Amino acid sequence: MKLRIEVVAVDSLMVRLFERIDEANMPWILAASQCLRAAFGQHLLDLVPSYTTLMVHFDLPPAEARALIAQALDGLQPDAGSAGRRHEIPVWYHASVGPELPVLAARSGLTEGEVVRLHSEREYPVFALGFAPGFGFMGLVDERLASPRLSTPRKRVAAGSVGIAERQTAAYPAVSPGGWNLIGRTPVRLFDHEREGYSLLQPGDRVRFVAVTRDEFLALGGDVEAQG
Amino acid sequence: MKQLTIEASNALCQLQDAGRFGVRHLGVTQGGALDWVAMYWANWLLGNSLAAPVVEVALGGFCVVAQHDCVLALAGADLDARVDDQPVAPWRSFALGKGQRLALKQPRQGVRAYLAAPGGFRGEAVLGSCATVVREALGGTDGQGAALGEGQLLAFAGTPATLREVPDALRPRYHHKPVLDLVMGAQLGDFSGTSLYQAFNTDWTLDSRADRMGIRLLGPQLVYQGAPMISEGIPLGAVQVPPDGQPIVLLNDRQTIGGYPRLGALTPLALAQLAQCMPGAQVKFRAVVQDEAWREQQQYLGRWL
Repeated sequence: MKLRIEVVAVDSLMVRLFERIDEANMPWILAASQCLRAAFGQHLLDLVPSYTTLMVHFDLPPAEARALIAQALDGLQPDAGSAGRRHEIPVWYHASVGPELPVLAARSGLTEGEVVRLHSEREYPVFALGFAPGFGFMGLVDERLASPRLSTPRKRVAAGSVGIAERQTAAYPAVSPGGWNLIGRTPVRLFDHEREGYSLLQPGDRVRFVAVTRDEFLALGGDVEAQG
Repeated sequence: MKQLTIEASNALCQLQDAGRFGVRHLGVTQGGALDWVAMYWANWLLGNSLAAPVVEVALGGFCVVAQHDCVLALAGADLDARVDDQPVAPWRSFALGKGQRLALKQPRQGVRAYLAAPGGFRGEAVLGSCATVVREALGGTDGQGAALGEGQLLAFAGTPATLREVPDALRPRYHHKPVLDLVMGAQLGDFSGTSLYQAFNTDWTLDSRADRMGIRLLGPQLVYQGAPMISEGIPLGAVQVPPDGQPIVLLNDRQTIGGYPRLGALTPLALAQLAQCMPGAQVKFRAVVQDEAWREQQQYLGRWL
């Protein structure tokens, strides 16, 4: 692994660890994240991990920050042990809440049941959070489920909607506009500023979606309102 | 506790402070006053901590009535502010008697004015900040991210300070065509030679497509020749170039990660200047290196020490 430190703003540097999206990046990014938090302490304003990078936002002279990053990440080893928490997220897969479920099935020549099985049988790492509070970019889904974003994004996607874009998957924590292919909905609350840690998903966590029935979805507090 | 009743407001009148930190990895945006310099001065006038919650008013249309005798402060844009039809210029604190009406009507110079109250306006701190982010339903007076609305109350509990003004020599000037310092980023070299020349020698025009997430600039089409990017963290002030070649300056309410190439990022001082520019105004970029920009920022902050 060849590490680069790049300028991005007056008070921020980008640590570039990889060139490609790969599940194997995550233990490295988590380990680097922990080293940087420890090294910067209260001088760290924010640390933004993504697929291949970590953005460090600090209140130190940039030269000092750069030296601190280099020192903290010298001899970095991947964090195999604490590779994030595991979550099981219940999803009611159904066309009434996931209008692209039949579309994906038709496009790939699969039955809806097979689409559900393929989506729920893998465990996905959370590569990064972004787009909205608690929105975790996960992947990679089976190649047969890969789908381009909608050419016209929806103005309103219901909270809990589970979708696919290319080979990534995610659940919308709150109502928002969105262009992902929706295949179901979870009753789980993904972001709550009154909960410890705020976001259910954290970078590096691992997620498995579990198919539930409409009744189970409703019993868990799910809302069946239609997509906008 | 003293109160103001809001008689007129709109979506661009919001409670703001310095924004949220330590939560960007959860996808939570920063928020906060777009012109932090004006916010600092508004609070300084009252002896508040510099990032105490203030009301950000863009373009005007805001009016409050005092429920008690009080002292307030105004900094930033000249929005033709009046106390009962008597003009109040910005960059000063002033008395507002019980029953008197403060109105911020329309822009005369600049875009965003900041109204401060002794001790700061009361808000519901969410994730460490009162900054209103409508899209994320965070902050504001109720914690749910709503902009200020007609009929609502603004409360504060600080002790009024002696009336004063910001010394003339220290006031920011809102230039006709500001030159904005841009810290050169790592992808700068991946733009074509012509684009690099154009980036720093063009009078860029502010598009009307502008909000607290970002401001789009119109000018020559910049061409990025590097490899496609993978989404990564976006700093405040990043100047990103989507495939249409028209740069977008990303502001306080920006998304936290994104995959468009960037020229670099504007400095905090450049962002404060940009926040006071109207759609249709022109700006220029000047390339600066990170260390120099950092030193300049530290030196500028010295005026409030």
